[in-house]
Amino acid sequence: MNQKQPFAINMNPDQKVPLSFHLNPEDFAPASDSEKLELVTMRESVSFWGDGIRRFRKNKLAMASLVVVIFMMFFAFVLPRFYPYNYAQQIRGSEALAPFEYSAPEQAAKDAGEKIFPHMLGTDTLGRDIMARVMMGSSVSILVGLVASTIILIIGSIYGAMAGYFGGWVDTIMMRLVDIIYTVPDILIIILLSVTLKHPLQALATKPGFAWINTVGVGLISIFIVFSLLYWVGMARIVRGQVLALKELEFVSAAKALGANHNRIIRKHLLTNCIGTLIVTTTLQIPSSIFTESFLSFLGLGVSAPMPSLGSLAATALDGIYSYPYRLFAPAFTISVIILAFNLLGDGLRDAFDPKLKN
Amino acid sequence: MNKLVEVQNLKQYFPAGSNSLFNKRFIKAVDDVSFSINKGETLGLVGESGCGKTTTGKSTIRLHEPTAGKIIYDGKDITKVNMLPYRRKMQIVFQDPYASLDPRMTVSDIVGEAIDIHKLASSKAERKDKVITILERVGLNSEHANRFPHEFSGGQRQRIGIARSLAVDPEFIVCDEPVSALDVSIQAQIINMFEDLQDEMGLTYLFIAHDLSVVKHISNRIGVMYLGKLVELADSLELAFHSLHPYTKSLVSAIPVPDPRISRQQKRIVLEGDVPSPLDPPSGCRFRTRCQYATKICAEQEPEFKEVASDHFVACHHCCE
Amino acid sequence: MSEYLVNIQNLKLSFFTPAGEVKALNDVTIQMKQGDVLGIVGESGSGKSVTAYSLMGLVPEPGRIISGSIEFDGHPMHTMTEKELRQIRGNEISIIFQDPMTSLNPVFTVGNQIEEVILLHTDKNRKQARERAEELLNLVGINEPRKRLRQYPHELSGGMRQRVMIAIALACEPKLLIADEPTTALDVTIQAQILELMNDLKEKIGMSIIMITHDLGVVASMCEKIAVMYAGKIVEYGTADEIFYNPHHEYTKGLLLSIPKLTATDHEKLIPIEGTPVDMLMPPKGCPFAPRCNSCMKICLKEMPPYTDVNDDHYSACWLLQKQAYKMIKDGVAR
Repeated sequence: MNQKQPFAINMNPDQKVPLSFHLNPEDFAPASDSEKLELVTMRESVSFWGDGIRRFRKNKLAMASLVVVIFMMFFAFVLPRFYPYNYAQQIRGSEALAPFEYSAPEQAAKDAGEKIFPHMLGTDTLGRDIMARVMMGSSVSILVGLVASTIILIIGSIYGAMAGYFGGWVDTIMMRLVDIIYTVPDILIIILLSVTLKHPLQALATKPGFAWINTVGVGLISIFIVFSLLYWVGMARIVRGQVLALKELEFVSAAKALGANHNRIIRKHLLTNCIGTLIVTTTLQIPSSIFTESFLSFLGLGVSAPMPSLGSLAATALDGIYSYPYRLFAPAFTISVIILAFNLLGDGLRDAFDPKLKN
Repeated sequence: MNKLVEVQNLKQYFPAGSNSLFNKRFIKAVDDVSFSINKGETLGLVGESGCGKTTTGKSTIRLHEPTAGKIIYDGKDITKVNMLPYRRKMQIVFQDPYASLDPRMTVSDIVGEAIDIHKLASSKAERKDKVITILERVGLNSEHANRFPHEFSGGQRQRIGIARSLAVDPEFIVCDEPVSALDVSIQAQIINMFEDLQDEMGLTYLFIAHDLSVVKHISNRIGVMYLGKLVELADSLELAFHSLHPYTKSLVSAIPVPDPRISRQQKRIVLEGDVPSPLDPPSGCRFRTRCQYATKICAEQEPEFKEVASDHFVACHHCCE
Repeated sequence: MSEYLVNIQNLKLSFFTPAGEVKALNDVTIQMKQGDVLGIVGESGSGKSVTAYSLMGLVPEPGRIISGSIEFDGHPMHTMTEKELRQIRGNEISIIFQDPMTSLNPVFTVGNQIEEVILLHTDKNRKQARERAEELLNLVGINEPRKRLRQYPHELSGGMRQRVMIAIALACEPKLLIADEPTTALDVTIQAQILELMNDLKEKIGMSIIMITHDLGVVASMCEKIAVMYAGKIVEYGTADEIFYNPHHEYTKGLLLSIPKLTATDHEKLIPIEGTPVDMLMPPKGCPFAPRCNSCMKICLKEMPPYTDVNDDHYSACWLLQKQAYKMIKDGVAR
């Protein structure tokens, strides 16, 4: 094994000459193709979702809000099944109890050895357990939020995608329509609708298969109709904006050159590339819808008794605010938590899936 | 001599906003361009930014609907017909390997999209087979089929783009600056691949680029465009060594040659000024504002694009004096 | 006063990204005398721009110098504070970037931007600065300079904007001009104008220039000395004649063979460099070019090759230049 220096001089005297370098002559044989290929490996496949989920996980606030949302879903939909009290159940003799207070008959039963589950938030003037009503109210609010957002997503994204994709006159007309809808006062329409639809819907409710109309209530149905008519415009504008930018990209031209029709391009290329925005906007639409429903119910335009909504619970609790403050705090606190959690979740999703933040 | 593609008096104007309802302004991106491409041939199209070469390429396959003019494919006038069957025969490869692939689709989906649209496979297995065959043809393999575009390098993405255009088994491909965005060491790979594919599959190319060296290498004939007009069209070697139009001459001399001895002696014809706006091109010959031979007639009359030597067309009043 | 204007020694620089460490510069040494025109040639990821930026102390986070030194005109740039660096930037070293559209501030007039540099580094007043700005616009070949001073960047064409960039760069008569792909975004005929301008200025002012580009044609016409970079290393360095007519690194040879030549009279197939550029997050051990090299030997995959002199002003980092390799080639074992 020679330890001689290479025959040519090293240019830079400062450069370390590996004098202790064993230059093995066999190493100078040509390398085979397989040896070379070993060094060239592709990195692990990371899809868009994987990347986004990884980023989402790192965001502690977003993860916390996800946990809260899951808990609230559990609270609203699962817990009532195990809770001993029903939201409509009026317990005689247990009216207007404070939290954890027992009424006289309940106390008597307890002393006798029966297990009576405490009213954790007390009862209202009709003897209904407030905790049960809050849980039911939460489920109404969340359901309204989810359903309304879905309606908005479907109508808004299709409308916006078509306006953005076709452009020209189609776009102009469609967006002027959007502008007009934006100017319509929503509360007014809701009031008008709930008044005018009241009788036709009640008549319809008597027909077989439509009994659910009474449970849901004319008010709520009016709200859903109004969401479908009016609230999708924000989503439409956002989607249109995205589509306008996307359709200039070359892969859309490429799809056209392959012979794709409009339907295919909108569905497979444009909307799929908006998914990040769609998810985020929808998730942020949920608390907005919840809030709208709550405040409408607070005004008396939403659900009808005995179905509670967090808004209506707050409304009825206003009267007794000095004597029974907990009746207001409970629904108010619950609705704040739900809305905040969804908002933070939406923010977290946006940070995780926004491609511009990709480094 | 079998003409596969013939473009006659193609005009492509884009609206550019108007001062008033009556005075609509247009960008005349392509203004009366005619050429033909024989089967198996590569016609190169060069020019600088704003000359209209990319627009010409896209109009030829009707990605833009031509404002005027005719496109004739294999003898049939396809200017106004339903393009779907022709989309199988005429394809395009784009410049930007990053923007031309849908980031949400896997390679298999991207390459297979055409197969789905034109219903070229009767089962999932058949589709998969076809996709892998094409991928192997462009130097990729089945391992790459389920990955996403962002996992690949520029050169590999360009291969995917080429695979996509090959999926329909086309006869004619418009290559829109396919190597401009690639590293120099990768360009040669892709250029060679284009040539190999042409030999194997008997393809006809319209090769658009701003790099004359690349175009000269791959093309049989070259057309030079300036501000929406064809100013010269000739055999590649003829154009590189015996060009007649002043613009072509300055273009050829402006290219820095990677050879120090030649480069030092090179007498460059450096053009003065900048390219005029396509909204308001100069009257008569559009090149006259930068041309050292311009005379009165150049401002008054647009020069005719005519054959001045065998298969060598020029549009210039003074080229042959 | 050192003999070298630029003296970068064994510079190692990495970017510490969330995805891992990117070894952008792996032991780079560059020495330039006053009046030299050096070309740095390389592809994306080769580290050519990073080298120039590090000379000015402009490497952004998360980039950090790991070892090595950067000296400019005797100043130790790698240890200077931001404040000290700012006095040198624009004043003694200037840089022009690739994309003139984004390098100029769209909300300020051209004149304003030139004057800003002058006011920052000299003690001229505004009026004098304006006169100097007009002088500069004349120098760079812009017609009607007084009118242009009041125009905004978007009113000028790409070629003119690049000339304005050059004017700004020259405002304080720097010792060194760094041009980072100055003509890549321009049309060929405009590129010819700009290169001619730079050559003229070099003659007139005697400026040193570092020209960073991937275009071998540009370096052939402008540069006396050329450094070829690959994956953060200088793989070959020599005079223009040596690099083009006597290349010794397989990468350089490969590049020269793979570019289509306008002057070729017959259609010879290009000989491409196989393989794909190095993934800088997972660079191979040994020579970074090894996986793509036709003459790759076993040792190339294991150890980084040392620099070997080819002749006086020409060195290359390749195992093939070693005595042992010669023996192998002679015996017909290696290629």
